[in-house]
Amino acid sequence: MKPQSLFDKLWSRHVVVPETREAPAVLYIDLHLIHEVTSPQAFAALKERKLPVRRPALTIATLDHSTPTTPPDGNGALAYATPEAAAQVQTLIRNCRKHDIRLLDLDDPQRGIVHVIGPELGLTQPGKTVVCGDSHTSTHGAFGALAFGIGTTEVGHVLATQCVLQRKPKSMLVNFNGETPQGVTAKDMALAMIAEIGADGGQGYAIEFAGGAVRALSMEGRMTLCNMSIEAGARFGMVAPDETTFDWVKDRQYAPRGPAWAAALKAWRALPSDYGAAFDKEIDIDASRLRPMITYGVSPDAAAPVNGVSPAPRSDEEKRAAEYMRIEADRPFSDIPVDRVFIGSCTNSRLSDLREAATVMRGRKVRAGVTALVVPGSESVRRAAEAENLHLVFIEAGAEWRRPGCSMCIAMNGDQGAPGELVISTSNRNFVGRQGKGVRTVLASPATAAASAIEGRIADPRPYLQETREMADAV
Amino acid sequence: MRFKPLLSLTSKTIVLPQDNIDTDQIIPARFLTTTSRKGLGAFAFYDWRYDEDGAIREESPLDSHDPVERAILVAGSNFGCGSSREHAPWALADFGFQAVISSDIADIFKSNALKNGLLPVEVDQKTHQRLLNNPGEELTIDLEKQTVRLSDGWQTVFEVEPFARHCLLEGVDPLGHLMNQMSLIEQFEVERA
Repeated sequence: MKPQSLFDKLWSRHVVVPETREAPAVLYIDLHLIHEVTSPQAFAALKERKLPVRRPALTIATLDHSTPTTPPDGNGALAYATPEAAAQVQTLIRNCRKHDIRLLDLDDPQRGIVHVIGPELGLTQPGKTVVCGDSHTSTHGAFGALAFGIGTTEVGHVLATQCVLQRKPKSMLVNFNGETPQGVTAKDMALAMIAEIGADGGQGYAIEFAGGAVRALSMEGRMTLCNMSIEAGARFGMVAPDETTFDWVKDRQYAPRGPAWAAALKAWRALPSDYGAAFDKEIDIDASRLRPMITYGVSPDAAAPVNGVSPAPRSDEEKRAAEYMRIEADRPFSDIPVDRVFIGSCTNSRLSDLREAATVMRGRKVRAGVTALVVPGSESVRRAAEAENLHLVFIEAGAEWRRPGCSMCIAMNGDQGAPGELVISTSNRNFVGRQGKGVRTVLASPATAAASAIEGRIADPRPYLQETREMADAV
Repeated sequence: MRFKPLLSLTSKTIVLPQDNIDTDQIIPARFLTTTSRKGLGAFAFYDWRYDEDGAIREESPLDSHDPVERAILVAGSNFGCGSSREHAPWALADFGFQAVISSDIADIFKSNALKNGLLPVEVDQKTHQRLLNNPGEELTIDLEKQTVRLSDGWQTVFEVEPFARHCLLEGVDPLGHLMNQMSLIEQFEVERA
């Protein structure tokens, strides 16, 4: 038999009707995640056609994009940005009740960002197809799942049929060879990859991430890497499952148990790409040469090592970006003042991300005049972080510790920067106005964002991480 | 949703030459709290059309938009990158665009546009450059023949996913196609259980 890639296996196992010249494949969906922003019009389409939700047990809903991250007031009321935001939340609550879909409601102890809660609950598993009306659905590919973002019309298709129409994309293998140096995180790997292949370099491809540096990543790190696939234009990103994956999934709420667990493990172990599997494109990246990365432009591929200087614009496009960012050529990044810091989002809001930021911030202070916001990815992450007193580290440093949500990543819940401010952010997009009108966004890892909060300028986190290691060694 | 069949379109262009126009530019996230898909044209390219004080930006090519005259948007490469929000094609279609032309259109945007009567057309670099250089040029896009014809007779062909093309030409709803496969979907569920 012809050697198959992980992607080939995931794809072929979910084909209900094969692709032809005339029509895309009908692909079966095992897990459908929904949130308040991209679902209302899908439910409306169902209503219009008098169709039921076909498999309500395979859809799970959460509230994350429009929800405030500040606690409710004395009367239990939440400070929504607009009445429309509140109405949108209520619409999802109503739709879930009507169609018998499990909703992680506002007071649910498991609520959180859609791409944080899926894995956390053990809903995301190797071998599954996972879709959501959200481009960062590629996150779930970290488990060896076939996960991709869809539009609202397709959300309606899944609700009505549990299937989507999809042509098989081309495949790309991105190898991170060797070991990453100390202080280089999954976020830095992602930004380095996007800088290398471009914001449209992955368009039309499903990416498998492989190599020693990927195998060495924790599940959280793999999620960060897969999450950013879409910033290279790839709808799908994935990592072959291994013991790290299985250990993470085991005993979670929706994970298989007993004999079902043994059977699942056997199936999951057969998923990795066969030796000699063909890819349409292969990219090799030397992980040992990577450094902590930041972005300096308005597209995620405008990324460079944090300890470098800004490059000279090579096109009108880059010139406009440099003007918007107010970063002239040859300026050391360490010279650029920071107004605001955001640690959170489906890219970097998990427990390990918060630990990484806390390692840098512990016993230090956020620079005067800098506002820092730390937003955990879910209620579970919030509880786990508080159990380790990470929230106290942030609060004592002068940062705000908030409730879970997408917050400043998409800035539609009222959490945003002011015009002209420079925000160093652990989120995924540095587009013009993404974090508020006129806001200048610099993407970075949690460690880099934390170091920058302390210095009030873009800062290399490695000296802080080194100091912490030495202190730990001394103890 | 059903749309009126789209056979061919003759119109002038509006040119936005920037590369990587993301869906946050097409419709900023603060307008995504709606629960409707209607009326989003008012927010299309909002921050490109209006300044911080809400005044019209006179320099924006979108300001002079006349839906009858200019239903074709020509944009730089990697158009529609970023989020999967279908609000982006909803907004563009409601604004009056019926087609968007670029050298390279982001996957999710392309898929969403095709479901909303907004035809994404990817052309070769040479044609793309010509279109970028000549804002306001009249073009004919023929979906049946898959051609773009410029005013001076220059013609090029474009690819479009055959099923989406069929749906657009015939006014067919893809959900209906999926519903017609229901017995196979049920069989699939039984066999893997």
